[in-house]
Amino acid sequence: MSAWGRSIGWSAALAAALAAVVVVSAAIGPVRIPPAEVVMAVLNALVVPVGVETTSHGVGLLTLPSIDLAYRSPFAFPVNDVHQRIVVGVRLPRILMAALVGFALAAAGTVMQGFFRNPMADPSIIGVSSGAAVGAVAFIVFPVALSTTLTLPVVGAVDVGLSHGTGVSLFAFVGALAAAFGVYAIATRHGRTPVATLLLAGVAVQTFLGAVISYLQLQAGESLRRIVAWLMGHLSGAAWGDVAVTAVVVPPLFAVLLVYARDLNVMLLGEEEARGLGIAVERTKRILLGASALITAAGVAFAGVIGFVGLIVPHMLRLVVGPDHRVLLPSAALAGGSFLVAADTLARSGSTELPVGIVTAAVGAPFFIYLLVTREVHEL
Amino acid sequence: MTGDVPPIEVSDLSVSFGDVPVVSGVDLRVERGSLVGLVGPNGAGKTTVLRAIKGTLSPDAGEVRLDGDPAESLSAREAGRRVASVPQETSLAFDFRVRQIVEMGRTPHLGRFDGHGPDDERAVREAMDAAGVARFADRAITEVSGGERQRVLLARALAQEAPSLLLDEPTASLDVNHAVRTLELVRRLVDDGRAALAAIHDLDMAARYCDEIVVLANGGVRAGGRPEEVLTAGALRDAFDAEAFVGENPATGSPTVTAFGAADDDGRVEAVEPVQSRRVHVVGSGRPAGRAVARLAAAGHAVSVGVVPEGDAAAGVAADADAPVVTAPPFAAVPPGRRAEAVALAREADVTVAVGKAGQGRSESDNETRANGAVLAASDRVARVGDAFDDGELLDAVRGIDGKSAPSR
Repeated sequence: MSAWGRSIGWSAALAAALAAVVVVSAAIGPVRIPPAEVVMAVLNALVVPVGVETTSHGVGLLTLPSIDLAYRSPFAFPVNDVHQRIVVGVRLPRILMAALVGFALAAAGTVMQGFFRNPMADPSIIGVSSGAAVGAVAFIVFPVALSTTLTLPVVGAVDVGLSHGTGVSLFAFVGALAAAFGVYAIATRHGRTPVATLLLAGVAVQTFLGAVISYLQLQAGESLRRIVAWLMGHLSGAAWGDVAVTAVVVPPLFAVLLVYARDLNVMLLGEEEARGLGIAVERTKRILLGASALITAAGVAFAGVIGFVGLIVPHMLRLVVGPDHRVLLPSAALAGGSFLVAADTLARSGSTELPVGIVTAAVGAPFFIYLLVTREVHEL
Repeated sequence: MTGDVPPIEVSDLSVSFGDVPVVSGVDLRVERGSLVGLVGPNGAGKTTVLRAIKGTLSPDAGEVRLDGDPAESLSAREAGRRVASVPQETSLAFDFRVRQIVEMGRTPHLGRFDGHGPDDERAVREAMDAAGVARFADRAITEVSGGERQRVLLARALAQEAPSLLLDEPTASLDVNHAVRTLELVRRLVDDGRAALAAIHDLDMAARYCDEIVVLANGGVRAGGRPEEVLTAGALRDAFDAEAFVGENPATGSPTVTAFGAADDDGRVEAVEPVQSRRVHVVGSGRPAGRAVARLAAAGHAVSVGVVPEGDAAAGVAADADAPVVTAPPFAAVPPGRRAEAVALAREADVTVAVGKAGQGRSESDNETRANGAVLAASDRVARVGDAFDDGELLDAVRGIDGKSAPSR
């Protein structure tokens, strides 16, 4: 079977697995809801455009007719109203956020491991996570300085302040990209970016940003608890708005990575070889790095630093589907979604909720050790 | 394709790493249907030249043309369709199947979203068959041996179906069977009209398979031409700083190179000293005498031999070394004319080396011994070495700078 054929087969299977994990996760919580009811609740919440309806806006003579699409759910399953609201309003946004973040981190991790030709690489290796942490922590510590009103002529004062959660995410996103770009700029000389230099620059920048984070924590005072929670990674408080933003950002970036999957395979032979086989190496590296940094940033901006997803999921899937990125990339991404949904379900199903980062690390570190002792690590 | 544009043309190429010049002023042409061997000592810049042709490093000066077009004007993809290269080694951290590695050779022919078409399948199959990797096509590349891996890389380059091939030590980690098969395969591809440039360490292999040999040493091209013209003791001494004897391989008829280390008194190999060339006449027969002739010729001495029986090993070596040799029919009296010739050669020599029992004949019936006795008698200086002499002993004896040389008689 061709590589893309295998890719579609694995993707279909893992997408089905993801859907199953989502349903099971939505069933679990303080209120137990049967999975069948979860499915019905979700279907009830689906809306499709069913027609056009005309409404009028305005006052008196200035009434303007406007045409809107009418949305209705084609389904009307009998579901307990409270259960309906718990599933769709409370659990589903958080679960979908977990799926998206896991998807993004695992995709970025797969690309980074291929890019650095090192099975121990993960998305944070180019400083993205540290940058996001600095951005988020800075906003948590100095929130006032960052949300203001803007006075414009004619219009007057406009509130351009951000809600706190959005501000944290935005600053995390910007910090992540700034750090990634900084690492790239440090490692680039004469238009070439040697992978080894990039790796070392990433380590240096991470260390530096770690110092910044520690300093900010010292200055944090009362907000320290929130900082710690953010740094451990969390998915609580995800709202449909957050899900929508992430869902718009992640898929196009993933498509870019997928388009370059074959080039990434060839890059594994080494840059010289790849060039000899007709790959525009430096351009491909820029695109892969840029898209991975963006997709990682989109993942960590909301959820904070969630470790090990981008490390172990690609590795596990490589053992199952093989190293061909055309198959591995979508498989790992979908499995990453499932993994993080499962981990987050575990995190929130205990008597006290844990940051999901603790769960992923607690599962991930033993697996890391397993890889070490079974000598799956070929080089470092 | 136009007729007389060479697939690979390098003119006045200079490359340096930082401030360290690696090669300068390299001119090189590889024609269609020609296999050019790039030989030279370690660090001479063979790989550097290959990398400059591939375009993976940019030259400080000079130009590389592929099928007439400057290499830097070509996209990576276009260059990948014109030149395929077999690297010295590859590092792979992930366990791709051998077949997948070979399939990667088709990359320059595929659009971004293309799958493998029938043409690609055929190219991959043929490449794997030709390089002999089909048998382990489904093994992981991390599980095959170094030699097998090198053949996988060759198969990948073949799947690329480019008109020019660059090979960097293609036989370095291959056993003798696969080394020969690899070069036979390259030879066949070249005979079918491809052009190939191969960095080769094994001078005998280079001589046997290449149409042309380019010697790269001390940062530039030292010699170039047909193997018989290029592989000479003098050229090898210049390029490799080694004392070598160039003979003719009786099995293939191509030049064969035997390198010697200059041995000091302890028998350790040391750097070659500047040669003080002497005129040396060798008396003796059989393998020991042949060895003495080869070693002395490699050290840069002008050697002559005689009298030896026709067909003797020493006579064969002397012929390879272009040394004057006086032969006589075996088991018969040495004709007086031959004896006189040998005596004349010995007279003009600075030193005569008697190997083994030469000239110490016990029986009057030993024809050559009698003749060689006269030769030795005519010599100004005679040095004697036993049948099992070591190289240092022989060279010291000829040099005559210490007390080991025998008194003249």
